Amino acid sequence: MSLRSATDPNYQKPLTRLIDVAAGPLGLAGYEAEGGYRALKTAVKELQPQDIQARVKDANLRGRGGAGFPTGIKWSLIPMGPDAGAKYLVCNADEMEPGTFKDRLLMEQAPHQLVEAMATAAYAIGAQTGYIFLRGEYVVAAERLNRAIDEAKAAGYLGKNILGGAWSFELYVHTGAGRYICGEETALINSLEGRRANPRAKPPFPQIAGLWGRPTIVNNVETLCNIPHIVLNGADWFKGLNQGKSKDGGTKLYGCSGRANKPGVWELPIGTSARELLEVHAGGMRGGKKLKAWLPGGASTDFLLPEHLDLAMDFDTIAKAGSRMGTGLITVVAEDQSMVSAVRNLEEFFARESCGWCTPCRDGLPWSVKLLRAIERGEGVPEDIDHLAKLTRWLGPGKTFCAHAPGAMEPLQSALKYFRAEFEAGLAVNHIPKEGDACILPDHGEGPKAAYAKERMKWVNA
Amino acid sequence: MAKIHVDGNTYEVNGADNLLQACLSLGLDIPYFCWHPALDSVGACRQCAVKQYKDADDKNGRLVMSCMTPASDNTYISIADDEAKEFRETIVSLLMTNHPHDCPVCEEGGHCHLQDMTVMTGHHSRDYRFTKRTHQNQYLGPFIGHEMNRCISCYRCVRYYRDYAGGKDLGVFGSAANVYFGRETEGVLESEFSGNLTEVCPTGVFTDKTHSERYTRKWDMQFAPAICTGCAVGCNISPGERYGEVRRIENRYHSELNGYFLCDRGRFGYGHANLKNRPTHALVREGDSFVTKHRGEGVNLGAQLLKSGKTVIGIGSPRASLEANHALRSLVGAGNFYSGASAQDASLTALCLKVLREGPVPAATIKRIDQADAVLVLGEDTLGTAARVALALRQAARGKLQTMSTEKKVPDWQAASAADIAQHELNPLFIATPMATKLDEIAAATLRADADGLAALGNAVAHALDASAPAVSADADTAALAQRIADTLKAAKKPLIVSGTGCGSAAVIEAAANVAYALAKLNAETAISLAVPEANSLGLAMFGAPDLDAALARLNGQEAVVLVLENDLSRRASASALDAAFAQSTVIAIDHQQTATTATAALVLPAASFAEGDGTWVNFEGRAQRSFQTYDPAYYDRHVATQESWRWIAQLRTALGQPAWSKLDEVIADAEAAIPALKGIAQAAPNAEFRIDGAKLARAPQRQSGRTAARANIFVHEPKATQDPDSPLAFSMEGINSTHAVERPAALIPFAWSPGWNSPSAWNKFQAEVGGAMKGGDSGVHLFRHNGAAPYFPLRAAGQDGLRLLPLHQHFGSEELSAKAAPIQERTAQAYVAINVADAQRLGIEHQSQTRVEFGDYSLSLPAKVRVDLPAGSVGLPAGLAGIPPLVAGAAVRLGKGG
Repeated sequence: MSLRSATDPNYQKPLTRLIDVAAGPLGLAGYEAEGGYRALKTAVKELQPQDIQARVKDANLRGRGGAGFPTGIKWSLIPMGPDAGAKYLVCNADEMEPGTFKDRLLMEQAPHQLVEAMATAAYAIGAQTGYIFLRGEYVVAAERLNRAIDEAKAAGYLGKNILGGAWSFELYVHTGAGRYICGEETALINSLEGRRANPRAKPPFPQIAGLWGRPTIVNNVETLCNIPHIVLNGADWFKGLNQGKSKDGGTKLYGCSGRANKPGVWELPIGTSARELLEVHAGGMRGGKKLKAWLPGGASTDFLLPEHLDLAMDFDTIAKAGSRMGTGLITVVAEDQSMVSAVRNLEEFFARESCGWCTPCRDGLPWSVKLLRAIERGEGVPEDIDHLAKLTRWLGPGKTFCAHAPGAMEPLQSALKYFRAEFEAGLAVNHIPKEGDACILPDHGEGPKAAYAKERMKWVNA
Repeated sequence: MAKIHVDGNTYEVNGADNLLQACLSLGLDIPYFCWHPALDSVGACRQCAVKQYKDADDKNGRLVMSCMTPASDNTYISIADDEAKEFRETIVSLLMTNHPHDCPVCEEGGHCHLQDMTVMTGHHSRDYRFTKRTHQNQYLGPFIGHEMNRCISCYRCVRYYRDYAGGKDLGVFGSAANVYFGRETEGVLESEFSGNLTEVCPTGVFTDKTHSERYTRKWDMQFAPAICTGCAVGCNISPGERYGEVRRIENRYHSELNGYFLCDRGRFGYGHANLKNRPTHALVREGDSFVTKHRGEGVNLGAQLLKSGKTVIGIGSPRASLEANHALRSLVGAGNFYSGASAQDASLTALCLKVLREGPVPAATIKRIDQADAVLVLGEDTLGTAARVALALRQAARGKLQTMSTEKKVPDWQAASAADIAQHELNPLFIATPMATKLDEIAAATLRADADGLAALGNAVAHALDASAPAVSADADTAALAQRIADTLKAAKKPLIVSGTGCGSAAVIEAAANVAYALAKLNAETAISLAVPEANSLGLAMFGAPDLDAALARLNGQEAVVLVLENDLSRRASASALDAAFAQSTVIAIDHQQTATTATAALVLPAASFAEGDGTWVNFEGRAQRSFQTYDPAYYDRHVATQESWRWIAQLRTALGQPAWSKLDEVIADAEAAIPALKGIAQAAPNAEFRIDGAKLARAPQRQSGRTAARANIFVHEPKATQDPDSPLAFSMEGINSTHAVERPAALIPFAWSPGWNSPSAWNKFQAEVGGAMKGGDSGVHLFRHNGAAPYFPLRAAGQDGLRLLPLHQHFGSEELSAKAAPIQERTAQAYVAINVADAQRLGIEHQSQTRVEFGDYSLSLPAKVRVDLPAGSVGLPAGLAGIPPLVAGAAVRLGKGG
């Protein structure tokens, strides 16, 4: 029998060791044959919930959704004991961060791993019900997860009295209707409750009053998928997976998209450098172009430069460089790509995905889009750059209701910092129209700035 | 209490508040939008940012939203900090990116919170140079105009309409910069409290359509502190007048009563005051028509009639002021004065008065109802009889949110968090009524029963609470429900019993009283709320005068002169009874409306409407409140003879050679002397001699452009303003307008305004603590207190079998005066008869079929509403609607198929 785990005999890639995209995901029997559900059995039969919580805490597993919050600490805030009442475990599978596609791989190719992970984590926090809040577009993942849940239930890994014990756990897949903000855990909870996907005020944190007002843990797919392995192999093993590349433990699903030769997603020791990701795994820049800038982990992270490529991709190191590791899936920009256009594209996304609750985000992001479009068309006025800079300040952390707008400002503020000249080139006063440019004037409004641009056009044409 | 440090100054504040509320209460200005004292904090608009420091040495600090930050002890903040100021200005500039800047044509202009906050932040130039997002507007019915382009997305409207008022048909749609506040499709807003949207909205998205039709800027109107006459709750209102017309009604804050909110009947039912067919001159009957006469001629003719030597009797009115009723009583003599309420209304109201005055339980204010943590509603559909109570009962149920969030250590002003925590949990509300009510949806349990069944339930609850209360035999279901209600009420900290005259049953009121009495033995915090029929029903009951039926019995077709005060008798007694009693009578009618009674009068004297006269009203909790005149109609047309009823009577007395009063204060003093129960009404408001810094208080806002002719529609030359001998208020803008005069009593604040605060948010400036009591104390005076103890009411014999009449009180249309307003009429249902489904099947009556309804002298043909929730034997008719004669609850009815 050819075991898939044979490709990773040393257990160095716990999350993807059973994945064979060409062959498709393992069903229940195959998964069990590879040792699947052993962690759940160990947990339910041999361990107390507190034991698992302690292991996760000792492993210093940090949330893989982007924020890097220690999972053990998050779990420790949930009330335990016989009087704790109904509790929920929610898997945040609303993977909508532009340039990020790691959870999709885990769910499509190893659905039973997530099911086991959720059951094990639910046992650790004493939850009776779990939801996988799944991005609506992930149709294949929904299908495979539902099949895995059915199989697991039939096998007694889910449902009433799991593995003959006293504990019961029901798991449901809930597909979202396509809102980026549902990735924010409290907006996700609102959406799950059937309400508008607006983030909630904190406190109370979900651990105290989350879904249906009950204690709730929300964890990312990749975070959860680490749990069975930590339960089986312990905290020290987990820490050692980093191969000494980082303070943090474990592996990380890294990836690369943009103008690279071989975009993809790979499980590597946490702390692997972005250079290795781009040059080794992604095969370098397409067409031999030079790298201009890169986003470390999704659209809501600050751009970094080629000079940052050798930094370890972990939460603290990237933060020190002025950005965030985020999801760890880098996006590369080539030398001939416009930073203004790239940022405009991102801000259009963020403006569209604002929930509309707080003023700076709701009204500030569309303003930034309009400013960027004007600059992109060469119709900017000198104040536009000041306004963009002002928006990055007033839409920043602490000013808005949640982290959506501050995240949206990260690529803009870093682009302004590193590539201001590109923005200045988009001002009408600096813009040199090319022969045959039909219209470089604003399509609305004839203010003094537009008049100035018109004058300049005359001069250019003369 | 907590000490907070703001820009280097130290203040004592309520540590349970958030910083915004604490600072506003200190009189410090912080701009805000999404926060509202009644809706609390959600942190959406980000307008109220201040700089918070860790301690006295922290020089950096960080921006926080003051509405989301507790005013805990030793908090260091700065409002004046440059970064905070710049951020606040930026927020307004962001809000303005889509605002249309259409202030000149906006109804909100001049009393707009958005304008005020924009000025406050210093935002004065537009940096945004792109296109604005636009929306389609919706038709929302006769009350509310909709202009979504003005929206700044503060979410207050939906938070008020859905969360606070329980409405379902207004929501927020869309997302990002395209959020839309409206209905799913165009249509009439369903809530009976929709009008509050006009004040909750900080800008001109939701505006008062009845005002738009006769629009005047706030600074061009004259206002008065007035009392709503739409029901007996006595909500405080601020009517605005221009050119002799009432232009709109706004809420006048009263922390114990209406708070920030009115019902739609009260807000939009003022049209009767503007009706063109109102009597404005003395009308003397000549044959089949009336001849217009001057005031003096009317008085002389009236005096002649009174001197005719015939018996003179006076019929008062529960919709007239205490002063008017007292004046009439003193003119005709106590022995000849009749209350003017029907025998049933009068006896039920007297019973309510007895319960409140002699029983051991205090009458609940609206605020107390808000705070109740367990409620039994017995018999009363408050939406029809005391609508503000229905809104308060929703807050009582929602009180669970505060309890549950406090348990989780979340401050009670964190509105969204409280809702997240409590989800759909509510405090228990038991509703036992003849028919389903709108509040049923938030009830812990409901019971449908006729008066006997309701009384049985009530008495069973009372007996379960206290074995010495009369024992009643009830079926197993009723007994189980009664036990559950009793257990719940017993466990509550602030239990409340709600009942009233609405279902026309003394047995129900007595049973409700028995529950309250039994509960009071266990819990001194028990309260009771009893709805009574009309605005001054309780005040009139305190006169102890015989009722209308007694008057009719006395008249009995004999010769008499009958002075009818502000009363359409055709709404209270059957036509045949009136015809028989009045066969030989000469009627002098004093009223501000044309009615069936004025039509039969020999002489009609035009009375002042609520906006044209002063008077005192006693609300459902026994609180006497003074309502002041908004404008003098004679100022616009000196031929108009309209004046307060008591003035007509005073002039009649003078013409008869009797001593008479010349000022309101004299009538009040006389009433207190004549009727001991009314002792104290003088304290309802300061008397006419009251001055601040030697000056009267202005009814109109100041206009910085200088004095504007109040009669500009007639001629710019302006005669001297009418002098007001009856109140400390001055007509026009001359006089004191200050919010800072702490000695300014709440009863004398005509409108909300303070420098920089032109919108209703200016109430902040009049309150001791924002959202709390007024600086000088809330207005009004309780005329009685509950008593130490009272015996239980004994059980009554069951009512008679057979089909019995049940009056159904409608929010729109049942009340006489508001029903005359055109927008109210648009919302009023057509008359119908409600029949129990079993009765209907037995009689072969189909839903919506034309049905013959016979009772007393009447035979009506009405469309049937066949209902499962109406108890068998009850035949419901919508009280007061066109085509519905006066109803006597419990009267025998015959039903038949066909028209």
